[in-house]
Amino acid sequence: MDFNTILQILDSTLRLTPPLLLACLAGLYSERAGVFDIGLEGKMLVAAFFAGAVAAVSGYAWVGLAAAIAASTVMALLHGFASITLRGNQLISGVAINFLAAGGTALIGLNWFRQGTQTPQLNGSARFSEITLPFADSIHSIPYLGPIYADLLSGHWIISYIAFLAVPFTWWLLFHTRFGLRLRAVGENPEAVDTAGISVIWMRYRAVIITGILCGIAGAYLSTCMNAGFVKNMTAGKGFIALAALIFAKWKPWSAMWACLLFGFLEAISIRFPNLEIPGIGTIPVQFMQALPYILTVVILAGFVGKAIPPKAGGEAYVKER
Amino acid sequence: MGKLPKWADYALIPFLNVLLAFFVSGLVVLFIGEDPIKAMGIMLKGSLGSPRAIGYTLYYATNFIFTGLAVAVAFHARLFNIGGEGQAGVAGLGVAFVCMYVDWPHWSLALPAAIIGAALFAGIWAAIPAYLQSKRGSHIVITTIMFNYIAAALLVYMLVNVIKDPGSMSPQTRAFVPGSVLPTAKEMLGWIGVDFPRSPINISFLLAIAACFGVWILIWKSRLGYEIRAFGHSESAAGYAGISGFKITMIAMTISGSLAGLMAINTVMGEGKRLVLDPVEGAGFIGIAVALIGRSHPLGVFLAAILFGMLYQGGFDLSFDMPKVSREMILVIQALVILFTGALENLVRMPVTRLFLRFTKGAA
Amino acid sequence: MGRQETVAPAIELKGISKSFGPVQANKDISISVRRGSIHGIVGENGAGKSTLMSILYGFYKADSGQIFINGKQTLIPDSQAAIAAGIGMVHQHFKLVENFTVLENVVLGAEEGQRLGPSLAKARALLVELAREYELEVDPDAVIETLSVGFQQRVEILKALYRQADILILDEPTGVLTPSEADHLFRILRNLRDQGKTIIMITHKLREIMNVTDTVSVMRRGQMTATVHTTDTNPAELAELMVGRKVLLRVDKKPAVAGDVVLEVNDLRVTDSKGVVRLKGISFQVKAGEILGIAGVAGNGQSELLEVLGGFGRATGSVKVRGTAINIASAAQGRHRREAGISHVPEDRNHLGLIMDFAAWENMAFGYHHEPKYIRAGGLMDQAAMLDDTIGKMERFDIRPPNPRLNAQSFSGGNQQKIVLAREIEHNPDILLIGQPTRGVDIGAIEFIHQQIVALRDAGKAILLVSVELDEILSLTDRVAVMFDGHIAGERITAETDEKELGLLMAGMMEGAA
Repeated sequence: MDFNTILQILDSTLRLTPPLLLACLAGLYSERAGVFDIGLEGKMLVAAFFAGAVAAVSGYAWVGLAAAIAASTVMALLHGFASITLRGNQLISGVAINFLAAGGTALIGLNWFRQGTQTPQLNGSARFSEITLPFADSIHSIPYLGPIYADLLSGHWIISYIAFLAVPFTWWLLFHTRFGLRLRAVGENPEAVDTAGISVIWMRYRAVIITGILCGIAGAYLSTCMNAGFVKNMTAGKGFIALAALIFAKWKPWSAMWACLLFGFLEAISIRFPNLEIPGIGTIPVQFMQALPYILTVVILAGFVGKAIPPKAGGEAYVKER
Repeated sequence: MGKLPKWADYALIPFLNVLLAFFVSGLVVLFIGEDPIKAMGIMLKGSLGSPRAIGYTLYYATNFIFTGLAVAVAFHARLFNIGGEGQAGVAGLGVAFVCMYVDWPHWSLALPAAIIGAALFAGIWAAIPAYLQSKRGSHIVITTIMFNYIAAALLVYMLVNVIKDPGSMSPQTRAFVPGSVLPTAKEMLGWIGVDFPRSPINISFLLAIAACFGVWILIWKSRLGYEIRAFGHSESAAGYAGISGFKITMIAMTISGSLAGLMAINTVMGEGKRLVLDPVEGAGFIGIAVALIGRSHPLGVFLAAILFGMLYQGGFDLSFDMPKVSREMILVIQALVILFTGALENLVRMPVTRLFLRFTKGAA
Repeated sequence: MGRQETVAPAIELKGISKSFGPVQANKDISISVRRGSIHGIVGENGAGKSTLMSILYGFYKADSGQIFINGKQTLIPDSQAAIAAGIGMVHQHFKLVENFTVLENVVLGAEEGQRLGPSLAKARALLVELAREYELEVDPDAVIETLSVGFQQRVEILKALYRQADILILDEPTGVLTPSEADHLFRILRNLRDQGKTIIMITHKLREIMNVTDTVSVMRRGQMTATVHTTDTNPAELAELMVGRKVLLRVDKKPAVAGDVVLEVNDLRVTDSKGVVRLKGISFQVKAGEILGIAGVAGNGQSELLEVLGGFGRATGSVKVRGTAINIASAAQGRHRREAGISHVPEDRNHLGLIMDFAAWENMAFGYHHEPKYIRAGGLMDQAAMLDDTIGKMERFDIRPPNPRLNAQSFSGGNQQKIVLAREIEHNPDILLIGQPTRGVDIGAIEFIHQQIVALRDAGKAILLVSVELDEILSLTDRVAVMFDGHIAGERITAETDEKELGLLMAGMMEGAA
């Protein structure tokens, strides 16, 4: 494999990682606060739809992004209402949201645009354009470092950079601010938070809202950056893979980034080599390569996580004693 | 914490929840720009309006009984099996193998073999996530979802590369021999001289009813069921009583997977008479809604499955008569039902409990 | 501030009532606690002590009545208001975030500004000061889960002091402490009192009331039955006030007639899933017709010992029943244990002994559900036999209400314990393991349970009784082994030892040859 191929695969990794990473961080906020969320997938899908639809109608990608965040946050609040206020089953609520997203986006899409279940093709300002980092052209000729900067690090969409910057920001917020301290505490021992005179419910709602916002950005990335419009079920399990990455990362922001890069890399490989030939064995079937991210998710969860200890109060609604 | 009488717990609250879900579904139809009352009329007529329609409704209901029972059995062990879709898909392969590689002289011989084939494939497909949860700590919800994706890819691979009918353009197996095809209601009722129109409902429906009865015996009457429920209520107490959590997890998931797999008998052997791509069509997921409405009781599952059979069959007529209300409406209704009977259950339960408390207080 | 003339009481409650549905937890309660004093509140389980304190801390809202803090009527709708009024509470079950440091726990909810750094620095300085002033030393950077309960309790006190509490409520503060840790706590409390803080201590241990308080109130069935100066009363009088009748403080029993060795434990070692060594080589014997008590502060390996003997924990070493070794290398041996003649009344009936959502008749066979008498021809459970069996046991053990179809959670703590006891005793074991036999059980049921245990001993059975209540150990057992830090710190004949000696052993201060 030559340098260019490696560069291409890595570049593709960086293109495939942001939605995973944003969804993974979204899950991190929610689960650190004690609300499990398997509805990341659904929220992303809703966001992708509204980003695509509103960008197509308004002609502006930014407006689409705002719509995506709003729609995803509404879904997040629904999950919050079910699991925080009504103390419902968080897994079931997540499942319902995923189905609601899958059915709802297709149903509304059909009636809105009459193009099957897709949204119209986006072009011009309705789609985010790639950003060229400063000096990318001038240092391109420097061997190795030049292409790494100009081809690999430069030339992504604004949301890509937001996704990666969200990692240090999350780390800082979680471990160096009052908000972070309370957020972590509410997921570990809500009673401690309650007796300290802080509202457990409001704390958890705030976490869930952040989850909604981040899923919204992740969804917008799918339909207005990576693709030029919404396609039915375009999340294709990314929300679940993000969840697996979150467990793999043991709910830590920096580890989450590495885990998502790993899953992004695996996806890049499976796309780059649809018909991988292994000498002596023969051609690996394309279906296997397509299923590879899912298979590896299972393998990684089963084999390498070891003891992943989730936030102690996760999945449980808070009920005051007696 | 107030206590409700059993009938309220098992019937009144699910009923109100479903009512609420349908009400919101009606609002969705209204939002799309159609008349929900009229839509309901079309659906009722489409699902129950003729013997043929009823045949189709019960055919779909058969699938949902199996997948609903699957989710219900796992629920009793406090396991959330979202993998019914993949398990049923893999079971399709099992049924196809049984029916393709043996030229069965008669369906009565083919059926037991196919049951074993379906249950074996689907059981193993469900047992792997169970093992990984028990021994490796992988969350069963995530693993079963991944196994749905993997099963879909496996099915495509098999149908494209391995068991494809060479004479066909599309990825499907050859048609089964007549001895591998199950008798439909038309034939069976014909034996006793009753005239019933042609529809896909077949002997699997009776198998589904038998499965309901079997699950009832298993969960509430057998020792294994006692242990499954004990484990589901309290893992730690089960350990104290000498009930192995590993064993229960494996057995409950294998039974759950096998039940989901049995729906392949209905679709592959009863209706399709060959294996095609996506033989499950979301029935695995509908099982979640069915189990939730039915409160994991076989009778409840049966009734909820009929309800969803009506929705499914009626939905065809609806999407034909009202093109704006596409097939995806079923998915939306299913989501709303899961939402209102599962996650938002307390929206109804809390006020109802309060009401009951007031009544009993007044009586005392 | 500064009202110099007459000092108003720190706390004054007037006519506080509170009911939960049909249950009246507090009935027209009025007390007044002087500034700079230690006030005890005693009462049985369910007498309404905790409810009263929860009202004072803003967890519950009283149905009627008024609260005066330092002479000023104060509304306390939530904990925040309680904190603002200068009230701090040390709960029985600590409200600490276990994977946070001491410092993080102390500032949680009392941070200054959005950034954490300055708050932590300020708390660190204050902690040093408080440690010096009140003997409240604790490493500010230690993670809570690595601290012993005694230290965790200090963190709770520090939390309250960091929030400038003037009034400190402690709910059953010594339940989890060794006698020496308790003594240290009392020193801290006296120091705090001498600095002008007001302290309310809820307990059911009369000795502590006599030891540390200035005044004491007694609660019974939701009412305040008396408030007296501690110096004017004695334990017997308080006990009578608590229960409303004379109480047998000792159990009537004849000397034990010990027979052959039935249970023999040798060099038992357990390492838990986190790699912590929980049992470090335990050896003892129990003979037929005797009760061996295992004393010790909770968390010193007693639970692990019961788990291994009961067949749901793994260990190395050997356990012999009547000379035959049993399998301790694998878990899920519960059924084999029962078949080997070991019955087990677990420490935690809520999470181990009973399935709360199962009916009494289902619970009555729990663990024995595979036995032929519960199985019908055809392999299904014989519900009629199970119901009959339950009705009989409910009658013999006076379980109320005697309705076998009621779920376990609908019974009171005492009756739940009787269900477990009936199941395990009537199985007629050679060996009965019994953990915390009277935890959360009302006094009437305690006497009954104690009698049943003694009767079983007199029938020639071997009994291993684990309890954190020294009184129970002293009044019930024939021999006692004290566990400390995963091993047996000493073994004594019960009649030849006393509270003080056992207390030292429990604290690991006296490694004695048995």
